[in-house]
Amino acid sequence: MRAHYLEAAGVRTVPADPRGVLTGTHYLDGDFACGEGAMAAGCRFVAGYPITPSTEVVERIGRRFPTVGGIFIQMEDELASMAAVVGGSWSGTKSMTVTSGPGFSLMMENIGLAAMMEAPCVIVDVQRAGPSTGLPTMVGQGDMMQARWGSHGDYGVIALSPRSPQEAFDLTIDAFNLSEIYRVPVLLMMDECVGHMTEKVVIPPADRIEVVPRRLTRQAPARYRPYRAGANLVPEMVRAGDGYRFHTTGLTHDERGYPAMNVATQEALVRRLVEKLRHNVDRILRIEEDGTEGADVVVVSYGITSRVAQLGVELARRQGAKVGTLRLVVCWPFPEARIRELAGRVKAFVVPEINFGQMVLEVERCAAGKAAAIGIPHAGGGVHDPEEICRTILGAAR
Amino acid sequence: MSTKTESGAAEPRIHPITPYIRMDRMPHIWCPTCGIGTVVKCFATALGRSKLDLDKVSVVSGIGCTGRVAGYVRMDSFHSTHGRALPFATGLKLGRPELTVAVISGDGDLIGIGGNHFIHAARRNMDLLVILVNNFIYGMTGGQNAPTTPLGARSSTMPFGNFERPFNLPHLAATCGATYVARWTSMHTAQMTRTFTEALKRKGFRFVEVVAPCSTLYARLNKLGTGLDLMTYYRDNFEIQNKADTRTLDLEFQGKIICGKFVDEERPTFLEAMETHYRGVLGEKYVPMPPEGGMLHGQD
Repeated sequence: MRAHYLEAAGVRTVPADPRGVLTGTHYLDGDFACGEGAMAAGCRFVAGYPITPSTEVVERIGRRFPTVGGIFIQMEDELASMAAVVGGSWSGTKSMTVTSGPGFSLMMENIGLAAMMEAPCVIVDVQRAGPSTGLPTMVGQGDMMQARWGSHGDYGVIALSPRSPQEAFDLTIDAFNLSEIYRVPVLLMMDECVGHMTEKVVIPPADRIEVVPRRLTRQAPARYRPYRAGANLVPEMVRAGDGYRFHTTGLTHDERGYPAMNVATQEALVRRLVEKLRHNVDRILRIEEDGTEGADVVVVSYGITSRVAQLGVELARRQGAKVGTLRLVVCWPFPEARIRELAGRVKAFVVPEINFGQMVLEVERCAAGKAAAIGIPHAGGGVHDPEEICRTILGAAR
Repeated sequence: MSTKTESGAAEPRIHPITPYIRMDRMPHIWCPTCGIGTVVKCFATALGRSKLDLDKVSVVSGIGCTGRVAGYVRMDSFHSTHGRALPFATGLKLGRPELTVAVISGDGDLIGIGGNHFIHAARRNMDLLVILVNNFIYGMTGGQNAPTTPLGARSSTMPFGNFERPFNLPHLAATCGATYVARWTSMHTAQMTRTFTEALKRKGFRFVEVVAPCSTLYARLNKLGTGLDLMTYYRDNFEIQNKADTRTLDLEFQGKIICGKFVDEERPTFLEAMETHYRGVLGEKYVPMPPEGGMLHGQD
């Protein structure tokens, strides 16, 4: 069955290049599965800088790329890695970088450039516990707000959060496809647990994997305007070397891509950068719900925490609590409408996450006082105790 | 507009570099007597002489006065972030190896905030032509001190004179592994054009420093007179020493400017070294990136 986001966007897809697809059933960790997903999605340029716990992704790619026609380059730092990815994107070759918290901070500069230039690319953040160097080898989910707001100014991103190595594979493909459809940087917000967890990963045959190719304009160079957007607010793209002689810049620019230092151009451009995701939000959102009908409490979670929360929910259900779950597969954009809707029917949302309260703020904002939003913070380095999640659910249901 | 030629026929007045310039973006933002426009003119002339297919030439700039070059050249052109022109260009080149990629940016951009990228791109012998316009200060932001400001020169953040030792850029580039290193001033239009033309045909990390006047800030802060006075200073103080020992190329405040081509050697570029290595160790299993890039089959 065709994925909702592909169907909704109505885009043409092509089968994956079989050379990059390791069809079969494997026993892989999340990092390796992510690397395989990137290759299946058609990624052929990766620039990265080593950082725990993400290194296995680029190690996998470094080993496999020379046999699939890709180039991996280890850059001098994460500033360079992300800049190289934006340059790589404009060459027409699908491009990605991989990092963890400290490197993610350094990448913010050129994630902003990718957003401003509308260069499709994927950034994988295997989250560890922060702030600063924090716990390099241990889990965290503290980069969720940085993913949304980390670069200066206003722009939109898409962020996905896998809960298993299988999803690390699947969602990496989706991340590339979404970046091509909406011309935004797409962030794969993994965490150390999922990155280092080894499970069964089924990689389908290449002709069963739908890949969104770079959507190049068919307009003649003389008529083409690099930043003139159509109905879905996403402009048609070109790549370097095809005779369009285009210009692109991180400065505020008009439809020609030329700098225009005035309020009207800023308004038109930034509004479109923000609106192109808002306008398409229903085509992008992806959540998984279980037992939310008639529930008193809904547990909202993502990534590894959604698996731990599942245990807490089962414990609470055994004690008679009417509790449902809502998992964020796509974390950004946030499913505002659905949370608002549920807020009118439930007593409370419980939001466990391995940080001191990030996505819970979104839940609280959307619940707007109609239902409580109870966070369960965890400083990182480990996952929640399911008993604690159960206790919080029972308390909230009372 | 037209002018009478010797034969008396009216011909449109087109400047020879018009085909290389985005005329719809004129006038440019550079100050009168700024040296950057001269560098662009020489680069455009060199492109014409090189007979390269301009559809396959990309220009990448960073931020700053020289960072604006990318916005004025009529090629695929990228105005990236401050200091990141080199890694951006690296990604562009590796993603579509058939492209000729030139980086044109300033001293603050390429050597100040971008210094780490500069030494690594040179070390890798990345296949990039790098033209650095050195005006000794940060021009766009108002004349602040740069890693190239000569000892004793005033800048807006060092109003009592600079006491930090500046970089010797040709030496930095050469010791890091650049395979082509040259320096001219913006007065040397003929030499600069010849150097650019030659460098466009070379492979690997090619570095050309062009010392250029900033009369608005550097000259004013240092009471050096007008742009013309700076050109006079260049004329009276340059010295051509091809193959000079790069250790001797420090620039002192209003001192001698040694120009010429200092390094011109062959060493495998990043892509060549990668090809050779993988062919050697992987043999038939090695699948190179196609010259036109790694786009999926079936894309249009």
